[in-house]
Amino acid sequence: MATERATGRSRPLSPHLQIYRPQITMVLSILHRGTGIALSVGTLMLVWWLVAAATGPAAFASAQGFITSWFGLLLLLGWTFALFFHLCNGIRHLFWDAGHGFEIKTFYASGWAVVAASGGLTVLAWIIGLAGRGS
Amino acid sequence: MKMRSSLGRVRGLGSAKDGVHHWWMQRLTAVALVPLALWFVGSLLGQVGGSHAAVAAWLAQPCPAIVMVLLAIATFYHAALGLQVVIEDYVANEGLRLVAIAVMKLACFALATATVFAVLKLAL
Repeated sequence: MATERATGRSRPLSPHLQIYRPQITMVLSILHRGTGIALSVGTLMLVWWLVAAATGPAAFASAQGFITSWFGLLLLLGWTFALFFHLCNGIRHLFWDAGHGFEIKTFYASGWAVVAASGGLTVLAWIIGLAGRGS
Repeated sequence: MKMRSSLGRVRGLGSAKDGVHHWWMQRLTAVALVPLALWFVGSLLGQVGGSHAAVAAWLAQPCPAIVMVLLAIATFYHAALGLQVVIEDYVANEGLRLVAIAVMKLACFALATATVFAVLKLAL
């Protein structure tokens, strides 16, 4: 934009995101960054929970009260999926870093595998968590 | 094609060799976080709705305490590297970008310290 102002004429811009039909490759790439940011914010709740536990039973009770409220559980559900997605897609990234999985077919297959794995692991974790809570 | 000077070839030092430091540390912490994150989710599932005494007793054991400290260090290191790239991508103003990265890194350092302190207080 600085260049545009300096030259005083508008230059052609490369097509931006909304031009493209969403494809799994780009959606997962955006999700990877999004979940990374979300997880960074999520660490605040973990730090709060641990510091509250270190402070004492009263502080811990108020932290636990928020976390087990409907809003806290909703955040926790989102962060569970974010963690599993970022974990699974991160492993996908590590394979690319090692030079594997660059075939177009493999891109799509590994992408859908990440979606299935992160969704499945989220459901599994919540089933185990809710079952354990009842006991 | 040889791109290096004769002197550079003789010394064999190349660059300062830290050009890939950010990239490499991001991967290293990522690999460390694979087992750590799985442990974290698995352990927390056992602590859901637990009393203060139960959680305190859990972190009073050496192994959970040590792994939780490792998790905190790897997580905040990885988060700082990742958020740095996000800020570099979206904050166009140079001064603002510098400040944002500095604040973010100091916040990560402070949060990691708070986590480690909390775990040690429960563990020791």
